[in-house]
Amino acid sequence: MSSSCGAPEQGADIQVGANEVVLTGKVRADGAPVGGAFVRLLDSSGEFTAEVVSSADGDFRFFAAPGTWTVRALHRSGNGQASVNAEGPGVHPVEVAVA
Amino acid sequence: MSREDVLVSAAWAEENLATPGVVFVEVDEDTSAYDGGHIPGAVKIDWKTELQDPVRRDFVDRAGFEKLLSAKGISNDDNVILYGGNNNWFAAYAYWYFKLYGHDSVKLLDGGRKKWELDGRPLDKEQVDREATSYTAQEQNQAIRAFRDEVVDAIGNKNLVDVRSPDEFSGKLLAPAHLPQEQAQRGGHIPSAINVPWSKAANEDGTFKSDEELAEIYGAAGFDGSRKTIAYCRIGERSSHTWFALHELLGHEDVKNYDGSWTEYGSLIGVPIELGSGKEA
Repeated sequence: MSSSCGAPEQGADIQVGANEVVLTGKVRADGAPVGGAFVRLLDSSGEFTAEVVSSADGDFRFFAAPGTWTVRALHRSGNGQASVNAEGPGVHPVEVAVA
Repeated sequence: MSREDVLVSAAWAEENLATPGVVFVEVDEDTSAYDGGHIPGAVKIDWKTELQDPVRRDFVDRAGFEKLLSAKGISNDDNVILYGGNNNWFAAYAYWYFKLYGHDSVKLLDGGRKKWELDGRPLDKEQVDREATSYTAQEQNQAIRAFRDEVVDAIGNKNLVDVRSPDEFSGKLLAPAHLPQEQAQRGGHIPSAINVPWSKAANEDGTFKSDEELAEIYGAAGFDGSRKTIAYCRIGERSSHTWFALHELLGHEDVKNYDGSWTEYGSLIGVPIELGSGKEA
């Protein structure tokens, strides 16, 4: 159990609990992974929920709940966002392009 | 109190990297952020290993704080500029510690690491060595720190500001969505609390919103300026961010941070818990 609020390493293998809804993917620019991007999870009303920094390989991951989410990435090279619909528990992939 | 007394801009910071008496301090839990590149000349404080008691669930005590700041080369009369990742969560927490132990000249870098990085400002990996000092801390200023009994007594008569995300507030999630949901305690919120997520106070780039926008946000959520206030979150760091907005930026006088927050309250036997959005129809 973690008593912290720091994000675990992004992109590392994890055990996904039976009831966990995981949103995961990469930030890319022109197809190349973008590390160090600020990746924000927004709920279906556009409300901020969480933020992580993408790994050197562009990976990010959120532990969410069922629903429709927007993943928005900010980087000094540009911003971008993508939508993902997580209907139930499991791993839901999402890719975000910044430009 | 004006905004200039408690915040510095990234532009000001970059111009004052070498100013004598100005000490930049990066506060993170994940010190790999600092090690991978930090503001030139900044020292680091590790939130978890250096600001928390290693055994008891509490802060470092006064002597521990003195020892820490002395070792970091920070003097009582230094102007300390705090910054960090996570939209300054831990930097805001450290700011509150500095105030708790009586350090007056402390400010936050508006936007923290995020704004600095998005601006493309310089970071380096140089080792920073500052000569040790002999720092003297004051007794804890309990006027800004709330404990559990006080929180239970505040139900229905003080502003209780729950700054977690709506899903944590309602009991749907037990931790922020970038963390595993492994907590053992109950979900929900303290009855009569209003839910104003910390993030409402911040722009996308991590800087604080204007005083006018902040006043509008808290007012619209039911914040009563004539009442005393206690802010809480899960472990007390996001609520430090909101404590900063309410006490330091908006100037509300009696605002406390409940650092025990939901990890303590949600594990207490016998206290009332409310589920759902909490908004009356």
